Amino acid sequence: MKNINYNNEELSVMALRVREHIIRMSTAGGCFTGASLSAVDLIVYLYTNFLNVNPSNLNDPNRDYLFLSKGHDVPALYGTLAELGFIEKERLANHLSINDNIYWHPNTKIPAIEFHSGSLGHLPSVAIGVAMDIKISGGSNKVVCIMGDGELNEGTCWEAVLVANAYKLDNLIFVIDRNQFQANMRTEDLIPLEPLAQKFESFGAAVKRIDGHDFYELNNAFSAFPFQEGKLNVVIADTVRGRGLPSIEERADRWFCNFSADEIDQLLLELHGQHDTLLTSETLIVR
Amino acid sequence: MTYEELLTETALNNEQVIVMTAENRALVRNLPAVLGKRFIDTGITEQTMIGASAGLALRGRIPVVHALAAFLTMRAYEFVRTDLGIANLPVKLSGFIPGLLSDANGPTHQAIEDISIMRGIPNVTVFAPADEDDLVKMLPQIWQSPNPAYTRINTRKTGYEHEPFELGKAEVVAVGSDVTILTYGLLFEQALIAMEILINEGLSVGLVNMRSLKPVDEAIILQVAAGSNLIVTLEDHFLTGGLYTIVAEVLLQYQTTAKVLPISLNQKWFRPALLPDVLQHEGLTGKQIAERILGYQTNHFQPSILTQEFSE
Repeated sequence: MKNINYNNEELSVMALRVREHIIRMSTAGGCFTGASLSAVDLIVYLYTNFLNVNPSNLNDPNRDYLFLSKGHDVPALYGTLAELGFIEKERLANHLSINDNIYWHPNTKIPAIEFHSGSLGHLPSVAIGVAMDIKISGGSNKVVCIMGDGELNEGTCWEAVLVANAYKLDNLIFVIDRNQFQANMRTEDLIPLEPLAQKFESFGAAVKRIDGHDFYELNNAFSAFPFQEGKLNVVIADTVRGRGLPSIEERADRWFCNFSADEIDQLLLELHGQHDTLLTSETLIVR
Repeated sequence: MTYEELLTETALNNEQVIVMTAENRALVRNLPAVLGKRFIDTGITEQTMIGASAGLALRGRIPVVHALAAFLTMRAYEFVRTDLGIANLPVKLSGFIPGLLSDANGPTHQAIEDISIMRGIPNVTVFAPADEDDLVKMLPQIWQSPNPAYTRINTRKTGYEHEPFELGKAEVVAVGSDVTILTYGLLFEQALIAMEILINEGLSVGLVNMRSLKPVDEAIILQVAAGSNLIVTLEDHFLTGGLYTIVAEVLLQYQTTAKVLPISLNQKWFRPALLPDVLQHEGLTGKQIAERILGYQTNHFQPSILTQEFSE
């Protein structure tokens, strides 16, 4: 059973709302705004149109699993979970509060977060364990693991592809949020990843490369699951770090952002198409 | 009963048990045929194996996971800490050829800080059986417990028949007022020999097999500190973080003190050779241990030491 399907217009509206949530979380301590904005459309699409997971089946062993391995994009997940009723929208105001668990990396105190992450290159293997058990148990659940492109520097990501290939885990999908940036610079300027699709293919995976902000392409790719019997599925989603905010889009110095309240107002206008007053603030923090 | 027999019986009786290995099959050669899909060999990928064991445990499985102790605890350390420790998942780590049991492999294979680093992780429990009899008596409770557990696998046959195991309890072999040896793992064999020599030299000697190192039997440590003039902590582990440290922590916690002689691998990797020669070279035969405690040479007999059954 799938969740209710959303059409592309509805998905765009929801993604816009999630982007608003992310912007509102980018103050009073801030968050990894750019990495979250690149992953929004992916996460919204997966929760609405692909994964069999909803607030009432979180303990059902037949539910689908989503693992967020890159971790820094968790505000996009918080926003999506709030829009879909997994958590109260008001709870997002508790971002970074000592009295809640809405912090910079995913944790299991938030409903629907299956496992904590933050240390890169861990969840591909955890997802493998879940996918293995589903195979052993004869289940038909899907397992998705979202990884960052910078994360692919970690050798354990590639170990995981080797093992997933060996065990023919065609119930598992690694989704790469290919936003071209790692923390401080372009991936291709530090540890080049291209040709990325060929790398995964040479490891035995069935690969699809799509525009990760285009719901039509997302739907085409994920509708073809499983891509090939007996093969690990890999989706390379080409995305833009900071997507939706020209002030921070594709800027190496806009990794972690902590805006003032006034700047948040301005960025919300920018998100809605008012591009004449791009931020030049010095309060943007680079870590 | 051997380790493999116990594991086979346990896995056949409990569908939730999954046997995993990072291509370390010495102790589980017959299990692929018996368990089918419940036997998972991830190849030489200790980190991925631990991550996958966490995923299996999330689905309600109890993975019993095999690799050489050095790589299981150190190559995969952050995976054990982050995926098993934080989530407190019941994954059971079987560390093969720990301590001196890696005999001629050399320092890459020497897990002699494993107790220290595993016990430093919240939720992770730590066990070190004296021999195969002790091992098979301990494992059923270790595997049934709800926590991650690290066990130093020791399949040596000593002929000693151990008391039933209780998690968090030590095994008191003898009580003595002059000196008491606290030990674990393979050096238990040598401690028995040392005890006999010391008794022959007229001392009142105690011996405790600590076996459960975390949780540790604090009551026994306090009892020995109160009832024995000298405590000897005997271990094939670096001085830091092992039994000597555990005893120091317990004594300090209860604001008491004792005269303690630590016998360990003192901040150095041991010289690689076959096990009997390693014990001799490192001064860890029963006779050498006894003479170190006595402070003089004796003409007692050191029984021959069995060589190791496994190389890797």
